[in-house]
Amino acid sequence: MKKILAVCGMGLGSGLLLRLQAEKALKQLEVEADVEVADIGSARALASGADVVVTSDELAAQLGEVKSQVVTITNFVDLNEMVSKLGAALESEGE
Amino acid sequence: MGQGIESEAPNNLLELLPADAVRMWVTVSDWRTAVRAAGEALTSSGATSIGYTDEMIACVEEFGPYIVIAPGIALAHARPSSSVHRAGLSWVRLGSPVEFGHESNDPVSLVIGLAAPDDSSHMTALSTLAELLSDDAARSALMEATFPGRVRDIIRAHSGADPDGKDA
Repeated sequence: MKKILAVCGMGLGSGLLLRLQAEKALKQLEVEADVEVADIGSARALASGADVVVTSDELAAQLGEVKSQVVTITNFVDLNEMVSKLGAALESEGE
Repeated sequence: MGQGIESEAPNNLLELLPADAVRMWVTVSDWRTAVRAAGEALTSSGATSIGYTDEMIACVEEFGPYIVIAPGIALAHARPSSSVHRAGLSWVRLGSPVEFGHESNDPVSLVIGLAAPDDSSHMTALSTLAELLSDDAARSALMEATFPGRVRDIIRAHSGADPDGKDA
């Protein structure tokens, strides 16, 4: 099972939105994965256990280098953006 | 699915966004006063004490303008704290848009304030909100609404069409 980490500043506003959108996108992509939310403070440690990190452009810069793929979302309520970016990341990740 | 949602918790979007937390055509000079307006609306509806406003502003100062989650829309919030009395949302439609410093999504014409006593009791309401904002027709109607009752009517119409507890 793939693991996706949704990262925001505090882990309860936009991060929760990202998780909800990622879960919808996974349904469309027909991929099974766990989606967890983390705040930026704990994200670096948790990112090593995730296949893909989903966050915003600004927070991706604060996150710095991580082993997992980082997907940055500009419009958090645009499901198409999430589907295409998350889909591409999961595909390059391999099955 | 549905873990962490407490059935007793007020999680319906309309419950969390009472009429007195909806403000239309608010005049602000910059992002700070825009967030302040969202904080005042949360306070007057009883969700928070006024200190929460400064906590929200501090979060933007700490993490940057990533709270501008979509073109024209900011989701302002801070961490759960003693300033939060219950989960709540506020809706502040700005008279003229302001810059938050976001690369792609500026300028902001709607600030949604969020107060959460913990990290999950507001999840259902936030999920409904995300569905509304990702629906082009609903989002346009919400952005064009001219009075607070209209915002709540659109939410009510959307919630009615949505089967309740489908994720439970």
